[in-house]
Amino acid sequence: MREYDLVIIGGGPAGLAAAVAAHEAGLKDILILERDNELGGILNQCIHNGFGLHTFKEELTGPEYAGRFIEQVKKLDIPYKLNTMVLDLAADKTVTAMNREDGLFQLHPKAVILAMGCRERPRGALNIPGYRPAGIFTAGTAQRLVNMEGYMPGRRVVILGSGDIGLIMARRMTLEGAKVQVVAELMPYSGGLKRNIVQCLDDYGIPLKLSHTVVDIEGKKRVEAITIAQVDEKNRPIPGTEERYECDTLLLSCGLIPENELSRSAGVDINPITNGPTVNESLETSIPGVFAAGNVLHVHDLVDYVSEEAGAAGRHAADYIAAGCKAEDHKALPVKCENGVRYTVPVAIRPDAAGENITLRFRVGNVYKNKKVAVYAGDACIFSRKRPVLAPGEMETVILKTSLLTDHPEAEGITVTLEEA
Amino acid sequence: MEEKNLICINCPLGCPLTVTLEGGEVKTVTGNTCPRGEAYAKKELTNPTRIVTSTVKVKGGKLAMASVKTATDIPKGKIFDCVKAIQDIELEAPVAIGQVVLADVCGTGVDIVATKNVPARG
Repeated sequence: MREYDLVIIGGGPAGLAAAVAAHEAGLKDILILERDNELGGILNQCIHNGFGLHTFKEELTGPEYAGRFIEQVKKLDIPYKLNTMVLDLAADKTVTAMNREDGLFQLHPKAVILAMGCRERPRGALNIPGYRPAGIFTAGTAQRLVNMEGYMPGRRVVILGSGDIGLIMARRMTLEGAKVQVVAELMPYSGGLKRNIVQCLDDYGIPLKLSHTVVDIEGKKRVEAITIAQVDEKNRPIPGTEERYECDTLLLSCGLIPENELSRSAGVDINPITNGPTVNESLETSIPGVFAAGNVLHVHDLVDYVSEEAGAAGRHAADYIAAGCKAEDHKALPVKCENGVRYTVPVAIRPDAAGENITLRFRVGNVYKNKKVAVYAGDACIFSRKRPVLAPGEMETVILKTSLLTDHPEAEGITVTLEEA
Repeated sequence: MEEKNLICINCPLGCPLTVTLEGGEVKTVTGNTCPRGEAYAKKELTNPTRIVTSTVKVKGGKLAMASVKTATDIPKGKIFDCVKAIQDIELEAPVAIGQVVLADVCGTGVDIVATKNVPARG
């Protein structure tokens, strides 16, 4: 097997954008490994519109957005292998993979970009009581069945969780003739975008019940009925609030988990909050030369930001190889989060290794109104911006000028926090 | 005088808007924090439109289905008619992004176009 300088694991939006950016940065020897039978990843099943407003200044569907990047990869002649499953990534960056043409093979690249995306939280991880009949799907599985394979998973539907895929599928199933009876959400707020609540639920008169969860599933062979109930502030079902819906299908849209089995096998440090690798400002993991971007790093709401982040990872990987693959010994400032900021990407910043600007992305743990996002270098406030509203469902981005950090050489760390506006 | 409530979708703020209408015409919009809220309320209550996306079957393609959309937004009230009109279409591979699948859907003057490349099999 021919060796490559850079191997990108995953041919979805992150992998494609990383490949294009690495190529444009001068690195020509790239291979993309994709386990599905086409490039594009999850975008291929996201047939709704709303993608690309930031990147292309127009509103595209998922397959069209993916198509733009696939076209670039093909134009640049970047090689890729489809139907190829990566089985292992070792700490020395040895990639073990297999497919029907090449059999089992190993690659020894100079750098690796992790772009495996995420997967949905399945029923087994949700502790829902009741029987285990057919008819229970994650929203994304239903989306693939309807949009790519042409099957309808059911006719009478209840949805648990108000993540964006669940909301999108409420509309999609309705348009295909199903009756979506209710969307139940455990939290007192929706995890989905406002736009999706209005255009996928309100437009079709589908009720959204906040602070509700599924307490029973009936049916031995196939789902026959679902019972939901209201929950108290500790998420315990309140007796007497049960409502029973006769239905044949339950869709689950209860969160996404970065898919990091390979990262773990390589020994990459994982952030327990994001379930993704810890990275520095160059999106480099705890193993020098292994970079991560997109939903494998932390779950994004907008693909535009995935492309942007992956582009940066691609450029940093190209720089790493061009500089002779040396682990550089720069002072790293840890990034701490406080006051409702749940996590940040990156978790450490090396001002001397950063370019002109540093992108900090983070999420908050609750809905906050009239706050200020503030960033401190040591004790000095170097950034502050008013935010009328912050919600867990909306990722926040702060772009810092690197000079703001180099102006404070005494600082031993960076803090991202929320303050009263 | 008629009163309607809706939620603005322009940003995560999600302002609860209260709109008063007289003879189908928007008189006042309150509850919005910025001018985009007023524009949204007016459009939503006088001429709401949506882009509709769906899928159609493909014969002889590497994939079984091709995704499609209305080339521009169509009146909200025509969404179900539009989906019905798409339902029985079966395309021959190859299919190319942008290819017109059905012209002037339901008299809206808007075409249904493919949003996916599906190469022919073999």
